[in-house]
Amino acid sequence: MDVVLLALLQAAAVALGAPLVVGTLRTLKARLVGRRGPAPWQPFRDLRKLFAKTPVVSDTTSWIFRVTPYVLVGSVVVAALATPLLSSRPPLAFAGIILLMSLFLLGTFFLALAGLDAGSAFGGMGSSREVAVAALAEPTVILAVFALALRANTTNLGGIVERVAAEPQLAINPAHLLAFVAFFIVMLAETGRLPVDNPATHLELTMIHEAMILEYSGRHLALVEWASAMKLLVFLALLANLFFPWGVPADITPLAMLLGLLALGVKLVVLAGALALLETAIAKLRLFRVPELLAGSFALGVLSVSAVFLFR
Amino acid sequence: MAALVYSLTALLGVGAATAGIAGMLGARWSLHIGWIVPLDGLALEMDALAGLFVGLVGAAAVPASLYAIGYAGRERRGALAYAVFVGAMLIVPLAGNVMTFVLAWELMSLASYVLVLDGARAGREPVASAHAGWVYAVMTHAGLACLLAGMLLLTAWTGSARFADWTVAGPTLSVGVRSLVWALLMLGFAAKAGGVPLHVWLPLAHPTAPSHVSALMSGVMIKLGVYGLLRASLDWLAPVVPWWGPMLLLVGTVSAVVGVLYAIVDRDLKRLLAFSSIDNVGIVLVGTGAALTFAAAALPSLALLALAAALYHVVNHAAFKSLLFMAAGSVQHGAGTRDMNALGGLIKRQPWTAACFLVGAIAIAGLPPLNGFVSEWLTFQVLLQNVVIPQPASNLVFALAIAGLALAAGLAVACFVKAFGITFLALPRSDGAAAAHDAPAIMRVAMVATACACAALALGASWIVPVLATVGATLIPGPTPVTVGAWLTLDVSKDFAALSVPAVALALGSGVLLPLVVLMVLRVRPRARRYETWSCGRLLQTSRMEYTATAFADPFTRVFDFFYRPVTRLDIDRHPESRFFVQRIRYENPTRFIVDEWLYAPLARVLRAAARRTAIVQSGSPNLYLAYVLAALLVLLMVA
Repeated sequence: MDVVLLALLQAAAVALGAPLVVGTLRTLKARLVGRRGPAPWQPFRDLRKLFAKTPVVSDTTSWIFRVTPYVLVGSVVVAALATPLLSSRPPLAFAGIILLMSLFLLGTFFLALAGLDAGSAFGGMGSSREVAVAALAEPTVILAVFALALRANTTNLGGIVERVAAEPQLAINPAHLLAFVAFFIVMLAETGRLPVDNPATHLELTMIHEAMILEYSGRHLALVEWASAMKLLVFLALLANLFFPWGVPADITPLAMLLGLLALGVKLVVLAGALALLETAIAKLRLFRVPELLAGSFALGVLSVSAVFLFR
Repeated sequence: MAALVYSLTALLGVGAATAGIAGMLGARWSLHIGWIVPLDGLALEMDALAGLFVGLVGAAAVPASLYAIGYAGRERRGALAYAVFVGAMLIVPLAGNVMTFVLAWELMSLASYVLVLDGARAGREPVASAHAGWVYAVMTHAGLACLLAGMLLLTAWTGSARFADWTVAGPTLSVGVRSLVWALLMLGFAAKAGGVPLHVWLPLAHPTAPSHVSALMSGVMIKLGVYGLLRASLDWLAPVVPWWGPMLLLVGTVSAVVGVLYAIVDRDLKRLLAFSSIDNVGIVLVGTGAALTFAAAALPSLALLALAAALYHVVNHAAFKSLLFMAAGSVQHGAGTRDMNALGGLIKRQPWTAACFLVGAIAIAGLPPLNGFVSEWLTFQVLLQNVVIPQPASNLVFALAIAGLALAAGLAVACFVKAFGITFLALPRSDGAAAAHDAPAIMRVAMVATACACAALALGASWIVPVLATVGATLIPGPTPVTVGAWLTLDVSKDFAALSVPAVALALGSGVLLPLVVLMVLRVRPRARRYETWSCGRLLQTSRMEYTATAFADPFTRVFDFFYRPVTRLDIDRHPESRFFVQRIRYENPTRFIVDEWLYAPLARVLRAAARRTAIVQSGSPNLYLAYVLAALLVLLMVA
C-alpha cells in the first residue's frame, strides 16, 4: 500500500512540476533575450484552455490516433515512477535505465504512428524524422549508462545514485563527466530541444516533434504537451540525480522526501538555466547535420567507457 | 484433403510441444534402429536442449498449421511437403548420430525448398522467385557441405559417428583440431541461421514461401542453426576455445545492424520481416557469443545467464516473428500485394490483422511490456557485465556489441513504426488495399493465439528464464544466475539488475487509464468533432499526399549513405516539340547490397571462369569418357 501511495505522490509531483519546469524555461529564455515573457505558470493556463476545447479528429484516422495520447502519458508516468526523484528508492525500485529508455521509446513509437495516421505529409515527415533521431540517440544512452553501471556494478538507477553519493570523487572522474556530456546531448535530442528541434517554431520544413503532433487538438493535444513536459522533467531529473546525487535521501520519510524535493528543485532550476542559456546562444542545426551531433555524443559515450577500462 | 494434412500436423505439433516440455524438465529417452540405414542407423536422443527446440518447433507448428487451413486449405500442392518439413524439423534436435542428423537436416532443407518453389509458382514474378529458390538451394547445400566436412572429420578423429561419443572424446582432441571442426560447423550452422555474410538466401527465400511456411522458416528453422551452434560448441567440441565467443559476438553484432538497416529501407512487407529475422538472429548470436566467451573465461554463472538470454530470445522471436509473418500473409491475402507503397489504411478493413500485427510490432521493436523487450533487456544485462573479464581486447568486443545492439534496437523501433504505419494507417494507396478483406476466422484464431503467447512469454519471464537457465546448466554446469525476488522481479546476478514485467505491465495499464478516469471524473469530455486532415488549404485529401515506405526511410538512406550506396536513376520524357513540356518522369533510388556486390559477385565470377576452364575436358565423346574412367581406376589402384 505504501508503494501505491508513494507512486501516486511521485506521479503527482511530476505531473504538477513538469509544466512549471517548461514555464520557468520559457520565462528564463524570454528574459535572456530581453523580453518580459509570460509567468512561469503560463503552461497550466494553456493546459486548462486546451482541456476545455473541442478536439478535432481527422476522418482519416483510426483508433491509434485517439489511444496515443493516453499511451504516451501512461508510458511517461511509468518512467517517472521508475526514476529516483525524491529519494533513491523510487516506487518501481527495481527499474534500470534500459527500462526507462524503452518506456520513452514506447511513447515515441505510438506518437510516430499517430503522426502517420492522419495521412498528411507533415505527420509522416515528423514521424520519420523523430524515429530517426530516437534511433540514433539510443546507442549513446546505453553506452553512457554502461559507463555508470561499470562503476556502480549495477544498472539499477537507485543503486547508481547511492553509489555515487557514497563516493563523491566518482562524480569528477573522466568517465563520469564524459558520460554526462553524452547524456546531455541525448537529452536535447530526445526532448526536442535546440539545436536538434525547435520547440517554439511551427515552420513546417524544419520541425520534427511539432510536425508529428500537428493534427492533435483539444484535450488530446493537452495530454501530448503534458507528456512532453513530463519527459523533459524526467530527463533533467535523471541528469541531476544520476550525475550529481547530493541531497537525494535514501530513506522514505515525509521529511526526507521534502528535503529531496527541495534539492531536486534547486538542481532543476540550475539545469533549466543552463538549458535556457544554451538555447539562446545557439541556432538550430540543419536536419541532416543532426546525425553528426549524435555521432559526436556517441563518440563521447565510447570515450567514457574506454576511460573506465583505462582508469580501473 | 490438404486441410486434413494441416490438422494432423497441428496435432503432431501439440504432441511434440508436450514431449519437448517434458524433455526440458528432465525426461530423457533414446531410440535406436540400427538396421534401417547404414552408418549406425537412426538414433534419436532426448535431452534438455533437444527438448527445448522440439517443444519450440511443435509449439510454433500449431498456429502455423491452423493458419494454413485458412490460407491454403483448398490447395493440394504443398501440404505434404509442409508436413515433411515440420517432421524433419522435429527430428533435427533429437538426432543422436551423423546419419540421422544429416538425413533430417537435408529433408528439412529440401522440403522448404519445394515449398519456396511452390510459393514462387503462385506468385506474381515467377522468374525472380525461381531465382530465390535457386539461391536458397545453393546456399543451403554449401552449408551442408561444410557441415558434412566438419562432422566426417570429427567422426574420423573420434572413431565414432555417434554424438554421445563425441561428447566423451571431445576434450581429448587438440585445440587446433577442435577449432578447425568448429569453424566448418559454424559456417554450416551460421548459413542456416542467416548470419551475415551468409544471409543472402534468407531475404529471397522467406518472402517467397507461402506465409505459414515463412512463419516457420523465420520462426524456427533458422533457430535450428543456433541449436547446432550450441550443440557443437558446448557439447561436441567442449571445452570452449577462447576465440570462438568473440567471433560469434562480432558476427552477431554485424548481423543485427546489417539486418535491421536493410529492413528499414525495404518496401516489401515480407522481405522487411525476413531482414529483421537476420537482425534477431544477430541478437541471439551475440548472446551465444557472450556465453562462449564467459565459458572460456571460466565464469559459468555469467555464461549460463548469457545462454539463458539467447535461448529466451530464440523462443520470443519464434513467437513474434510467426505472428508477424502470419499477419503479413493475411495482408497479402486480403489486399493482393505485399508492396507497402501500394498498401495503407488496412486498419479499417482488417481490424484483427492490424491489432495482431501491432502486438507483434511492439514485441519485435523491443518495447515494454512485451516479450521482445524482456529478452533484449536480459541480453544487455549480460553484456554490461563483461568487465569481470580482465582483457581489454575482449572488453572492446563487448563494448562494440553493446553499441551495435543498441543501434539495432533503436532502428528496429523505426523499422516497425514504418511497417505498421505505412501498411495499416492513413488512406489506402491502391484499389486492392481499398477493397481488402480481413482474414477468415481460423487464421484469426491462429494469430490471436500467437499474440497471446507473446504477452504470456513476457509476463511469465520470472518463471521462464530460470527454466531456461536449468536447460543451459546441462551444457554449462554452474550456479544459477537468476532468482525471483519480491514483486516477481527477475533478479540478475544477485543485485546487478532486476525487472518485474507484471509490475511494469500493471503500472503501464494504470498509467494509461489514469488520465481517462481523471478526465471522466472531472467531466472534461467535450465531444470530438470529425473533420478532414489539415494540409495547408488544399481541396481534397488523396493518398498521394501521404508518406510512403520509401519516403519514411529517406532520413536513414541519407544518414547511412555509405552503407546503402544508393543509385539515383532519373528518367524524364519530354515533349518532342518543346523540352518544357514534361510528359513523364520516372525516378528510382534503389539501394545496393554491398555483401552481394563485393563478396558473392566476384565469387560467382571466379566459379564461372573455373567452370569454363574445366569444361575443356568435356568433349562429348563417349570414348574419351571411358578413357577417363580407366585412367581414374588405374590411379586408384596404384594409390591403393
